Amino acid sequence: MTFKSIIAGASVATLLLLAGCKTTEPLYYHGDYNTVVYSYFKAEDVTLEEQISAMQNLIATAHSKGKPVAPGVHGHLGMLYFETGNTALGAEHLNTEKQLFPESAKFMDFLLNQSQEGRNEAAQ
Amino acid sequence: MKLLSKLAVIAAIIGLGGCVSMPDPYDYSAFKAADPKSVIILPPVNNTPEVIAPYSVMSQLVTPIAESGFYVFPVAVTEQTFRANGLTVAQDVHSVDPAKLHDIFGADAALYVSISDYGTSYVVISSETRVTVTAQLVDLRSAQVLWTGSASASSAETQNNNNGLIGMLVQAAVNQIFETVTDRGFDIAAITANRLLHAQGYNGLLYGPRSPNYGQPVASQKK
Repeated sequence: MTFKSIIAGASVATLLLLAGCKTTEPLYYHGDYNTVVYSYFKAEDVTLEEQISAMQNLIATAHSKGKPVAPGVHGHLGMLYFETGNTALGAEHLNTEKQLFPESAKFMDFLLNQSQEGRNEAAQ
Repeated sequence: MKLLSKLAVIAAIIGLGGCVSMPDPYDYSAFKAADPKSVIILPPVNNTPEVIAPYSVMSQLVTPIAESGFYVFPVAVTEQTFRANGLTVAQDVHSVDPAKLHDIFGADAALYVSISDYGTSYVVISSETRVTVTAQLVDLRSAQVLWTGSASASSAETQNNNNGLIGMLVQAAVNQIFETVTDRGFDIAAITANRLLHAQGYNGLLYGPRSPNYGQPVASQKK
């Protein structure tokens, strides 16, 4: 048993241990997303403006951590903006959702068209 | 020699312990063939007296599906879309033609969920909060069932074992405003959702295309 082989054995053991303990790195930054969505459903205690600001914080935190935001985050924020009457930012975030997640394109386009129709009707 | 026989006994116990509770591995062949990329969570059918249960469960189902590698449609936005189209009852949403759901949302698959336990019941010694959920993943292009599962989690688990599992999974809300929103059921629902769906769990979903493990076998497929 040479010193070298002990070192080699120890490093193999360490690697195995590390592999065993390694928790998978999350794909996305979720932050408070689930809680904000839950607060929206409950429709009490937390105002739409507070929900929007929480979503903005979440997106800023994800950026500062260099992590992608969870699917749905921009879609949800877009809806919150539409509900407060800010259609420009609403549309912007639906488009961001579409860009980040092309799987959402059909639904985002559906929502964008509906809001456009709504505005056209209101203008008439 | 004595040591060897001791080791053999320990190994046998560990072996037995590992086998006891594992159900048969799920047959993923339909799931694999359909290869869905996106999942819409339909409003859950609520078989409990807790009115808040579907909203709580729906909010918590998103994370494990997203982390398994699928696109998950924003649940509040899809719920509002159903409402705007006159579908305010979960059972009605569940009976919509899958092809129509595929048409509007562009989702490859839908998760049909029902909740059988939600909230606190008082058992002999202490109260426990339990959340139990059953779910089916259905391909919206073929209406074929790709996966079914059920899972349960209880607050009593933290009292009975000290592995801190529940403490680990329940993330405290960062923002103080939202502390009033969360409740025990919401916290436990996160664990139920994780057990039910996460591809890392036993008989959960497969890994989706957005996961680095896409195409790799899940736990119950490994021998």
